[in-house]
Amino acid sequence: MITKEEIKHLAQLARISVSEGEAEKMTSEIDSILEYVGQIKDISTENIEETPTLQNIMREDTVTHSPGEHTKAILSNAPSREGNYIKVKKIL
Amino acid sequence: MIDLDKLTIKTAHEHLMKGDFSAVDLVKTYLAEIEKKNPELNAYLEVYDDVLEQAKVADERISKGENHPLLGIPLAIKDNILVAGKKATSASKILEGFVAPYDSTVISKLKKQGAVFLGRTNMDEFALGSSTENSAYGVTKNPHDTSRVPGGTSGGSAAAVASDMTLGAIGSDTGGSLRLPAAFCGVVGMKPTYGGVSRYGLMAAVSSFDVIGSLGKTVEDAQILFEAIKGRDVLDSTSIDSDSLSKKQLIIGVPWDLINQEGIDLKVKENFKKVVKNLEKLGYKIKDIKLPNCLALYYIINFAEVSSNLARFDGVKYGLHIDGKNLLEDYVLTRGQGFGKEVRRRILLGTYVLSAGYYDAYYGKAQKARTALKKEFTEMFKEIDLVLTPTSPIPAWKIGEKSDPLSVYLADVFTVTANIVGLPAISIPSGFMELEGLPAQAGKKLPLGIQFMAPHSGEDLLFEVGKKFLNEVL
Repeated sequence: MITKEEIKHLAQLARISVSEGEAEKMTSEIDSILEYVGQIKDISTENIEETPTLQNIMREDTVTHSPGEHTKAILSNAPSREGNYIKVKKIL
Repeated sequence: MIDLDKLTIKTAHEHLMKGDFSAVDLVKTYLAEIEKKNPELNAYLEVYDDVLEQAKVADERISKGENHPLLGIPLAIKDNILVAGKKATSASKILEGFVAPYDSTVISKLKKQGAVFLGRTNMDEFALGSSTENSAYGVTKNPHDTSRVPGGTSGGSAAAVASDMTLGAIGSDTGGSLRLPAAFCGVVGMKPTYGGVSRYGLMAAVSSFDVIGSLGKTVEDAQILFEAIKGRDVLDSTSIDSDSLSKKQLIIGVPWDLINQEGIDLKVKENFKKVVKNLEKLGYKIKDIKLPNCLALYYIINFAEVSSNLARFDGVKYGLHIDGKNLLEDYVLTRGQGFGKEVRRRILLGTYVLSAGYYDAYYGKAQKARTALKKEFTEMFKEIDLVLTPTSPIPAWKIGEKSDPLSVYLADVFTVTANIVGLPAISIPSGFMELEGLPAQAGKKLPLGIQFMAPHSGEDLLFEVGKKFLNEVL
C-alpha cells in the first residue's frame, strides 16, 4: 500500500504541488494502478539483458545556422526575460 | 458544390489537377463545414487564419504545372506537432500561448508538396489518455454519437476526418493514439514502424514508443500521407529508411486467447469473428497464435519516460509561469497548476517506478520483458506475416463514464503491443454495432475497427491487406 505521505514525497521530487485533498484521492488511484502494473513481477525474464542494442548516430560537427537566426523566435516564448536573457529568481 | 462525403485525397487530387475545382474552392468548402460542425464537436482547437492564402499558393503551383499527391490538399494537424509561427500546446495549459519557432520535419515535407493546413486538432494533454477527455480545452465529441468520446489521443484529428472537416490528418501514436480514435470514429489510422517517420518537432511523450502517422477515410489516403512524411532525417537520430516488404501468400495470426478473455465486448467479438471469416474468403490463411497482455509492461515504461520528458516544463523557457516566493516554488506551482490531472498522476507514477528502491522491480523488469517480447515476435513472424486483433476491446464510451483511470488504460490492450515492439500497425473500419437499451439510443450505430500489425518496415503489407479488406481498388 502506498501512503498519502509517499504521494506527497513523490510530488515534491517531481516538483508538482498537490493539495491535501488531491493527495488523498491520488493515493487510492495510484495504489490500484501500481497493483495492476505490479503484474510485471510475474513475467519470467531469466537470462534476458535489460538494455536494447544501441548504436551511435553521428553527424559532421558543422555550423547549421547563422548566429542569432532563431534567437528572437525562441526567446519570445519565455515568460520573463531581460534583453536576450531568460530571467529567473536567484538560486543562492 | 463539392461533395465532401465521397471525396478522398486521391480523388480530390485528380479533380485539382483536372481543374474541376481549385484549392481555394476546396478549402472554402472545408472551412464552411468546420464553421458548421466544430462548435459542437470541438475537433479543432484553432483554425489557422491563413488557410486561404495557403490554398492560393497551391493553386499558383498547380497552374505552373506542379503535380504532387498532396498539392492543395487540406489537412488537420495534431496540436503536438510544430508548425513555424503557429501555436502548439499539446492541449495543455502549461503551453498556453506557445508559438512554434520552427517547422517539424513532417510539416516541412508536407509544405514541399503544397498541402494546406486547416488548423490544429484537439488531443489528450501531452498524448496521455485514450479518449481526448484529458484535453485542457474540453473533450472532442464523437461525430457518430456526440454523447460519446472519439477515442484518443488523436481524437480531434480522427473526429475531423470522420465529420468531413478535413480530408486527412496527421497525428502521433504512443500506445494506440492513431488507431483507437480511428476505430471509434470509423476511419483509417496508420502507425508506422518505430523510426519510420521523423519526430523532429513532435513534442515527446514516450520517446521509445512515439511515432507520427496518418488518418484518412481510405487505406489509400493513409498511405499517400505516410509516403509523404516517411524516411530518415538527420534531425532525428532514431529515424530510419524502411525497405518495403512484399509477400505472395499472407498468413494472418490471431491471438484467440487474448480475444476470448474477459472484458472484451460481445459485439466486438461477434464483429471480429465475421472479419476473420471474410479474410478467409479472401484467401488468407488464419493461424491461432499466443500473445501476452502487455499493458503492465507498456504503462510502466510510459510513466517512466513521461516523468522524464515532461521535466522540461518548468515555467522558465516557455509557456505558463506561476510566480512563487522563490525559484523552487515557481516550479512547483507552475507544474501543479499547468499540468492536468492525468499528466500529474503519470509523472508521480513515473517518479515512483524510477526511484531507487523500486527501479529493479518495475522499470528494470519492464525493460527486460520488452526485450523478451521483441524476441517472441521475431520468432512469431517466421510463421506468420500479420497479426490481427480488434483495435479496441470496447466501442466508444460515454463522455465522463470512466472516472477510474485504470479502466481507461484497459482500452489499450490490443494497441500497445505494436509500440513496445516498434511494429507498424493499422486500424481499419470493420462495420458498425447497433446500440440497444435506452430509447434515446435506438437506431444509433457505433463504428468498430480491426487492427493489423506487421513486421518492422512492413507498412506495404498493411496497406495491401487493408485495401483488399475494404475492397478498395488496388
